[in-house]
Amino acid sequence: MPVVIDKDLCIECEECVNICPFGSLELGPSGLECSDTCTLCGICLDVCPSEALTLPDVPEEEIDLKDYKDVWIYGEQKRGSLHPVVLELIGVGRELARKRNCRLGVVSIGNRLDQVLATLKHYDVDDIFLIQHQQLKDYNSEIYANLLTDLIREKKPEIILSGATLRGRSLIPRVAVKVRTGLTADCTELDVDENTGNLLQTRPAFGGNIMATIECPNRRPQMATVRPRVMKTASPLPSPHKNQVVQNIDPLLSSLRSETEILDTVDSLKETEDLTEAGIIVAGGRGVGAPKGFRLLERFAKVIGGVIGASRAAVDAGWVPYSRQVGQTGRTVHPDIYFACGISGAVQHLVGMQSSKIIVAINKDKDAPIFNYADYGIVADMFEVIPELIKYAERRVKR
Amino acid sequence: MKRLIVCIKQVPDTSDVRIDPETNTLVREGVESILNPLDPFAIEEAVRVKERMGGVVTAITMGPPQAKKVLQHAIALGADEGYLICGPEFAGADTLATSYTLAQAIRRLGNAVLIFCGKQAIDGDTAQVGPGIAAHLDLPQLIYVRKIRKINKRYIVVESMTDTGYEIIRSTLPAVLTVVKEINEPRLPSLKSAMKGRRYEPNVLGGEEIKADFNRLGLKGSPTRVVRIFVPEQARKTKILTGNPEEIAVNLFSSLQKEGVLRCQ
Repeated sequence: MPVVIDKDLCIECEECVNICPFGSLELGPSGLECSDTCTLCGICLDVCPSEALTLPDVPEEEIDLKDYKDVWIYGEQKRGSLHPVVLELIGVGRELARKRNCRLGVVSIGNRLDQVLATLKHYDVDDIFLIQHQQLKDYNSEIYANLLTDLIREKKPEIILSGATLRGRSLIPRVAVKVRTGLTADCTELDVDENTGNLLQTRPAFGGNIMATIECPNRRPQMATVRPRVMKTASPLPSPHKNQVVQNIDPLLSSLRSETEILDTVDSLKETEDLTEAGIIVAGGRGVGAPKGFRLLERFAKVIGGVIGASRAAVDAGWVPYSRQVGQTGRTVHPDIYFACGISGAVQHLVGMQSSKIIVAINKDKDAPIFNYADYGIVADMFEVIPELIKYAERRVKR
Repeated sequence: MKRLIVCIKQVPDTSDVRIDPETNTLVREGVESILNPLDPFAIEEAVRVKERMGGVVTAITMGPPQAKKVLQHAIALGADEGYLICGPEFAGADTLATSYTLAQAIRRLGNAVLIFCGKQAIDGDTAQVGPGIAAHLDLPQLIYVRKIRKINKRYIVVESMTDTGYEIIRSTLPAVLTVVKEINEPRLPSLKSAMKGRRYEPNVLGGEEIKADFNRLGLKGSPTRVVRIFVPEQARKTKILTGNPEEIAVNLFSSLQKEGVLRCQ
């Protein structure tokens, strides 16, 4: 069932042929053809100047969209304190709720949520749903998904946002399937159609080479995850919220069953070394040359209050552990400053760091692709430049 | 025979995808379709479990007829058999319809003890299909697994990555696992297995064979729609800092301070 081509409208401009990521469209002797490799992604519809392309008609199963209202945020917590991404989502969630003229809620699950509640008191959130039980001490994907699903079925929110943390990316897809709705991962921009209530979810696709805006028009709730540090943190209220409605939700006992058990939790990184939360990252690649080079980067990171990252080449060489890897097969990061030292700038690395606020590239090779993606480029030997940067930072940089 | 299922995907090699700066369109010439680079780790781990416990390693993929290439690749990497879930009814599937389809195929194949997936596929990067399959099958999910510590007939103990370290989790079987590349080093195909892969013809299953609800497949079963596509603006104008290292340091830090990302005295 490929895309439908109206040959009377087609002007054979080949715009669609050029943009099709699957190479399914081809201009043959009898006009434009689409092969069965088509995945109906719809990318070609946007570039067609003559509206000759359409998706095949499919009858939609109807649900009453009007039954669903309000914007919810999943209030991820760890050991009782709220993950910073939640405050970022409150910022964007508030804006969506304003446009839809509805309420903004936060749902948190855990065993002791008093600190979560105390934090939320200072933010512009209308509803707080707390699911507390002694069995909810550790995150458990089955139980947490059951409980969130139960609450969604009961209260019917229109939109649910969650941080795209490792936890969020485990929990939310499970919930989306259980309530049979659409989910868009790693959104970098969110807006809402004020009339239809459709959430406009923009995310990078094809390794960040293009951006796609995605809607979920016929299903509710609409669910999206957002990476930490992409949205601006909401400002706290000048004085604690007075009309916040706090609801304690009793979990269904049948929802507390799980086939898994956490035997132990090992925090090999200090909280402050979490790459996805770091404000400054000093990353090294093949050009660092040896573990010794990373010690220089570590000293630099220390004086400017940053953490160490690495390209795949440096990890594969065994100079740094995998947990430090930035890029497609590692972590995606969004620091204020990303120092790329001796990193050439392969696409697989770029997709993991290109949404950093400022990128500083240090590389001996002036033709390294990284310089095309950096705000500041230093064409030099990092072993000559970085000691100078350390010297300067030791004297002048406030941490 | 107990099955160790590996879900794999054919993806465009995104490292080849370039934007033509003149026309702002995707240049796909010469872009090859490859086995998702994170999938060999899932295949290798399934093969290692088989070597310890016995069973059959079954690779499955949903895709067009050409996707049989990735099943052949999986055979070369040690899988015993491959199933291609293929048909017009599957086209246009988002992660909800895809995870339903794979879950339905796994149900029909039967006898699954473990279901392996790569961490994510590099074209969509959603990491949603693994947990989705687990939800459809109502099985436990073990996400971002970096090590299998122990496995026997009844349960499995794994190390699962978190944002700040890892957790040691015990789960009953069957279970769904997504693995990170740290878990193993996939072996290279031997001459013999490479040959076996090249000659392999996978079994093909359609919507009827997996006894699917056709309303939940493909575009029909997909709640999300792409409504707009655009090329991100290349906003950065690179400023090359020159001079001796000392001058560079002064220049860089004053620039960073002006950008408001660092505070200097």
